[in-house]
Amino acid sequence: MKREDIVKPENLIYKRTSVLTDNVMHYCPGCGHGVIHRLIAEVVDEMGIQDKTLIVAPVGCSVLAYNYFDLDAAEAAHGRAPALATAMKRLRPDQFVLTYQGDGDLAAIGTAETIHACNRGENITMIFVNNGIYGMTGGQMAPTTLEGMKTATSPYGRDLSTMGNPLKITELIAQLPGSYYVTRQAVYTPALVRKCKKAIRNAFEYQKLNKGTSFVEIVSNCNSGWKLPPVKANQWLEEHMLPFFPLGDLKVPENK
Amino acid sequence: MALKGSLVIDTEKCKGCGVCITGCPQNVIALAKNVNAKGYNYLEMVDEDACVGCANCAVLCPDGVIEVYRVKI
Amino acid sequence: MKELKLMKGNEAIAEAAIRCGVDGYFGYPITPQSEILEHLMSENPYDKTGMVVLQAESETASINMVYGGACLGKKVMTSSSSPGISLMQEGLSYMAGAELPALVVNVVRGGPGLGTIQPSQADYFQTVKGGGHGDYRLITLAPAFVQEMYDFVELAFELAFKYRNPVMILSDGIIGQVMEKVEVDDYKSRWTNEYIREQFPWAMTGKTADRPHRIITSLELEASRQEKVNLRLQSKYKDCEAQEVRYETTQCEDADYFIVAYGSSARISQKAVEVARENGIKVGLIRPITLWPFPSKAIQEITAKAKGILCVEMSAGQLIEDVKLAVECKIPVEHFGRFGGIIPSPAEVVEALHSKLM
Repeated sequence: MKREDIVKPENLIYKRTSVLTDNVMHYCPGCGHGVIHRLIAEVVDEMGIQDKTLIVAPVGCSVLAYNYFDLDAAEAAHGRAPALATAMKRLRPDQFVLTYQGDGDLAAIGTAETIHACNRGENITMIFVNNGIYGMTGGQMAPTTLEGMKTATSPYGRDLSTMGNPLKITELIAQLPGSYYVTRQAVYTPALVRKCKKAIRNAFEYQKLNKGTSFVEIVSNCNSGWKLPPVKANQWLEEHMLPFFPLGDLKVPENK
Repeated sequence: MALKGSLVIDTEKCKGCGVCITGCPQNVIALAKNVNAKGYNYLEMVDEDACVGCANCAVLCPDGVIEVYRVKI
Repeated sequence: MKELKLMKGNEAIAEAAIRCGVDGYFGYPITPQSEILEHLMSENPYDKTGMVVLQAESETASINMVYGGACLGKKVMTSSSSPGISLMQEGLSYMAGAELPALVVNVVRGGPGLGTIQPSQADYFQTVKGGGHGDYRLITLAPAFVQEMYDFVELAFELAFKYRNPVMILSDGIIGQVMEKVEVDDYKSRWTNEYIREQFPWAMTGKTADRPHRIITSLELEASRQEKVNLRLQSKYKDCEAQEVRYETTQCEDADYFIVAYGSSARISQKAVEVARENGIKVGLIRPITLWPFPSKAIQEITAKAKGILCVEMSAGQLIEDVKLAVECKIPVEHFGRFGGIIPSPAEVVEALHSKLM
């Protein structure tokens, strides 16, 4: 069978969703942000809620996320996305409100806003991309940097005795009464990507049901910060990140 | 019944990360020797006949540059 | 005849917010302004008008909740006192950069640091000269009466939406705490989502097929474009300076000497003017109501033939800098201030007129 006979509109089974704009993403080759953006956009597309979705972008590599989603969007100050989202959802409960944050934004400078939004059970969806490093500023130590991991500000490896411990903020959030759905996902294999998309879909569906905070951590890569080629970075993620940040649901509704 | 697939790759937007290649069960795709305008070795199909249209490559692509087509034969 | 109520300045702010159709208040307790949040909570505004009131985990969160609400084209506000306002400077800078309307009330207390809970006017510089980072301005209203605390809430939102800029009501611990009678308005409806969608082409209302998606940001990495953003802001500030200056004069027609004072200091100075005139000194009072834009031109014209100007403020001398700039140092300008929470008396002001200008 010839290629021309296959590549016809009626045979199309996968294309970039129109909830993403045509802008070329500025992310490094192989960066997980691109996949995660696409999954969110696909979920919004499939649920038919583009006109009802408000997204809050963070400070960090995904600071320009608003250029890639064809959604109304706001750019928060560093760490403050959950505060913006809190007000947005309370003032427009008819809209879906989504925050998108990295580890520095959500688990360091914005810890208070994160914890309190989740503890109040704000009816929002929070996407937390954890790659264990500050990508945008050039690879400095993050709250989630692993023990011994070398970064620009821990050049001899993270020394727990002087630099403190990596923070499992998702485990913390799962303890809070306001969080309804807390899960940890990854996007470096096709099966994981498909699973992650289901988790994001769940997070939106629970928001629709006014259940409280839905929190999806995605353990991701930082090829530039980790100084590894994309495929090797994903192997490193599996070998080093996942033992400390194991994948799976941390909190699921009882009557799912 | 068998499945036969094919891809349309936006080679100018491809960043040549190669992550998609790890997801392909049929060794259909590889990075080209040539580069695109941005200097990336873009993705190309090297064994078109083997593609079953599973879409794993597109699912993994961070830049959404792969369209997947599939027919049943 | 409007309804009259006896209330504290802080309560007047809260009551005005409910009655003029504010959509959301986000705040954190701090003396001497906690009655704003307390009054809002006790009035159940959600049942009356649908107004959302939330006690946040910090002033940082409060201002960023305001930021979030403002993105939607909603009328949103917060209030605090000096240390809390310091924490809000980041958010204010972002909102000025993203050109968002909002109201922030500062019921000023003595500083620096934790300072004191007594009244002060030492946040003047922070408010009108910047406070946060970057070249931006806050439209600043300075009430001197509880009635003005009430009236300025609605005015603040008019200005905030007209210029798409945050507005500060710069009050102090006296006006916040003192009780006076206030004429209050009937409850007004809040804007509907449909109205916001029609009126504000910048607001996040949900991306529909008939328009591009809307982005609210203060980020522009390309320097040439960031300069254009700044030039646009400066041009907006010039328009505001041309149109929005507000001030009040008392007995200025025949005056040889002038007092320039705002807020509580203006009320004390008004009494000082009476006392001085009883002693045969012709003194007039100029009370700036907008601190930014500052009534520079008015002060220059009114005091053109003055023998001297006394700036009375509860600070070590902040307003005086703008007055000196206004008169271009052609007239002697002196400062009298008490600070750290001490309120000056009219007698002290008259004494200062004598000792510093005569």
